[in-house]
Parts: sequence; structure tokens; C-alpha cells
Amino acid sequence: MVEGRSRVASHDSHTGRLPGLFGSPDTSSFTEFLGGYSPELLPGRRTPPASAVGDEIPHGTTIVAVTFPGGVVMAGDRRATAGNVIAQRDIEKVFRADEFSAIAVAGTAGLGIEMVRLYQVELEHYEKREGRTLSVEGKANRLASMVRGNLAMAMQGLAVVPLFAGYDEERDGGRIFSYDPAGGRYEERDFYSIGSGSVFARGSLKKLFRADLSAEHAALACVQALYDAADDDSATGGPDMTRRIFPVVAAVTSEGYRRLGEDEVGALAQTVVDGRYDSPGGPTAPLR
Amino acid sequence: MPFYVSPEQQMKDKADYARKGIARGRSVVVLQYDGGILFVADNPSRALHKISEIYDRIAFAAVGKYNEFENLRLGGVRYADINGYQYDRRDVTARGLANVYAQSLGTIFTETNKPYEVELVVAEVGEEPAADQIYRLTFDGSVADEHGYVAMGGQADAVAQSLKDRYREGMSLTEALRAAVESLEAQDSERRLEAKALEVAVLDRDREHRLFKRLPAARIEELLRESAEAGGDGPAAGAEEESSGD
Repeated sequence: MVEGRSRVASHDSHTGRLPGLFGSPDTSSFTEFLGGYSPELLPGRRTPPASAVGDEIPHGTTIVAVTFPGGVVMAGDRRATAGNVIAQRDIEKVFRADEFSAIAVAGTAGLGIEMVRLYQVELEHYEKREGRTLSVEGKANRLASMVRGNLAMAMQGLAVVPLFAGYDEERDGGRIFSYDPAGGRYEERDFYSIGSGSVFARGSLKKLFRADLSAEHAALACVQALYDAADDDSATGGPDMTRRIFPVVAAVTSEGYRRLGEDEVGALAQTVVDGRYDSPGGPTAPLR
Repeated sequence: MPFYVSPEQQMKDKADYARKGIARGRSVVVLQYDGGILFVADNPSRALHKISEIYDRIAFAAVGKYNEFENLRLGGVRYADINGYQYDRRDVTARGLANVYAQSLGTIFTETNKPYEVELVVAEVGEEPAADQIYRLTFDGSVADEHGYVAMGGQADAVAQSLKDRYREGMSLTEALRAAVESLEAQDSERRLEAKALEVAVLDRDREHRLFKRLPAARIEELLRESAEAGGDGPAAGAEEESSGD
């Protein structure tokens, strides 16, 4: 990067303009600026591996999100797998995107975490330069183009699929956006889940979701759904009561992003696990 | 028709030009208080800011020509974000930023015909008051490491003199705001500043993640009222007369 900077600086000194950082094309997108400044840092500009990579690179798995009146809760399990091996048992896949939104990733862990870091800077950079935050749709669209940039990698087995949840001030409610590896952006109603255990988690949420959930119950529904995912998907980790490793749960409301404390999630996990002693399949829904 | 101008004369002319430009504008003060660093600008505009956030613990204040300091601000945000992205958020420092600004301003001052008519403060709030950093940069790229308070802009000398009388270490936010507003009123003997005419922001040590916060007009009014009730015409009431001579 030092090389990049001096190159631009010496070029600009002839015209007397501010060096590199200041004089380059005017954009409030950090990604775009980074592409001009040191393109090798942009995830989308890398040459994908010639042949598909196997499953030796850690993959992150299940993410769930549930809306409730006034906000949205997002949660992710803590397991990363490389083939049949548990690569990491306390990985974090749910992050604060900015004050009023959360992002979580499933897929190739390394690339996913990089995408999240870039996305966080992207949102903050825009906010600081423009003096306003992007709309929820604006944020969701920005993420779509970042996912699309990773398409070549995805074709070689290094896919990253994020889930985005934000608080919408106009609606006073939470909104959820899902993505496909080609950058397709889809708004989801009520709840959604991504990752290898998502099929089971979504089935679980279908029975647990109600339109009048409180924030705490929405969080409980997330932990239940993750338990169900871990029950049937080997790549999803359940709550680890012996090591005290619990899902990462975050709520986004008009108060902003808040990650639930270890004790709060621990209590939720305990409730879920205790309940399963009596009913291993979890809460049952009425037949009619 | 080219003719010879000595380098000394050239620099002097540029410096005079820049100083004149800066002197036309209104003032900005930056001062430490017990909970962080306070920025106050005599600026009625809600859209064109003189005080801005750069990074988690770093803010920027400027006087002079808007398009010029805005350019510097945008560049500073880029500098901070790119370093924070490549390394870690902790690795973005006010010192580093002040250096980049100093280099840029110095280059512009010596290599172009028209220097920037700006003066800047780059401040970083530390874990405790002793670790706060305030750098003041002038149009020619010189940097000064300041402690306690800084005044810059139109009637900077009068404002600084007034601040000197009012400032003391460990003031509360209310007291600091009061001192800042009274000092800004020293720009002009008839100047009375209301909440609406002020742009106020803080780097608040007790916030999380991003410590920069703008204070809305209602909050400014509330703070000013509090300080007035607490006996606003304090010990330094005579300072205004002293400095109204300019």
C-alpha cells in the first residue's frame, strides 16, 4: 500500500493537487475508492483458483433472522467445518453492519469475514462523507453488488452468502434481505434462514413464528431454530453447555444494534436445552 | 512579461493572502472537558459543517474556505478508513492524520500559486484526559500540539484571549460549553450567540465504538440554560471588554 500511495502522490505533485487519497475520483463508496487506490485489496479483483477447491477450507453455517414489531433479531451458530472436521467451535458469524443493521455470513468463512469488514467500512464511509446514512434498500443493494463480485470465486467452491437485517425507521420494523451467490437480492417476510442447516431452521421457525413476538421471544425462537438445525445438520453447532459457547444473538431496533450478552443468551440456551429433556423435538404446534 | 520575485517575498505574499482569507470567516473553538473534547463553531448552517467525524476517536474542525477544508475532510475520512481497513481500527491515530494533512498543506503552499485558506484542528480523545491529543494545522502545513483549548478563525486572538481567562482543567460539559460560547461572543462586542447559531459536537469518552456526536439545538439550549442557572456570569465576566478592541 505504501507503494501505491507514493505512486499516486508523485503523479499528483506535478499538478499541485492533494496526493492520492485526496485527489482521486470523487466517490463516497469505499469499495470504489479502494478499487482505484489498491485494487489488489478488493475481494472481487482476485484471480479465482484454477480448479474447484475441496472442502478443506472452513465453512460457516446456519444463520437465522426473525422480525418482531419494532425490530429484528439475528442469530448464528458458532461452528465452522472443514469437511468432516470441526474447524472452529466458537467462530462468530453475526456482526454489526452499522448502527441500525446487522449482517451475517454463511459459506467460506475467510471470504465471508472479509466481505463483512469491507461492508462495515463501506457503510460508515458513506455516512461520514455524505453526512447521512443509506436507506435500508440502499444498504441491501450495496451488499448485493459485493456478493456478485465474488461470483467467480463461488463457481470454484468459495461461495459467500450473507443475510442482511436492518431496522427501517419509516416502518418502525425490521426487514430481512437474503442473497444468492450471483448477487440476487430478495426481501424476506417475517423470518429467514441461510446456510447448511437452514432447511431445518426454517421449518422450525415456520412453526414458532408469530406476528406479535416480543424481542425476547424472537431471540428465543432463533435459539430454538438453531437447536433444530444442529439436531439434523452435522455442520451446525448446538449450544455447547459444557464450554459455555452459545449462539451469537443480536437485536436491531430503534435503539440501534445490540448484541445480547453472554448471560442473556446463556439463559435462553438453558431454557431451550431444559425444554428438550421433556420434548426432544422442541415446542409442538397445535394441529389445527 | 516574467519578472523576478524573491522567494521570501513570494512566501510572504502567499501567507498574507491565506491569513486574510481565514480572517474573513467566523471562529471555531476546541476545548477539553472532563468527559472528552468539545467542538463549538459559530456556524448557523445545518448542512455545511465545520466540525466532523473522522474516525472512532478522531474529529476534525476547520475554518476558512469551505470547498478547501471539505476536500481535506473527505481525504481524511479516506485516509482513516483505508488504514483502519488494512490494519486495525486502533491503528488510526490523530498523529498520523495530522502528518498527512501537514504534508498536503505544505505541498500546496510551496508548489501552487494559491495556498489553501484554511486552518484545521485534528483531535483524538484518549482513555483519560491526559491522553487527549489536539493538533492544530495552519495553511502552510505547520503543526502545533495543543493542550486544553484552541481558537481559530476570524477573530482568533480575541477568542483565544477570552478562552484563556475562562478555561480551566476538568470543566464539566456545561461549563465548557459556556466558556466556549462566551469566548466566541468575544469575536465582536455586540455578538450574542444562540443555540441555533451554533454547531456543537463532542468526542465523548463514555460512548461506545464511535465517540463522535453532534449535539442537536435542543440539547445545546438545555446545556446553556443549565449553565446560566448555575451562575453563568462567573469570575471571568470582564474578559469580553478586554478583548473587544479588535
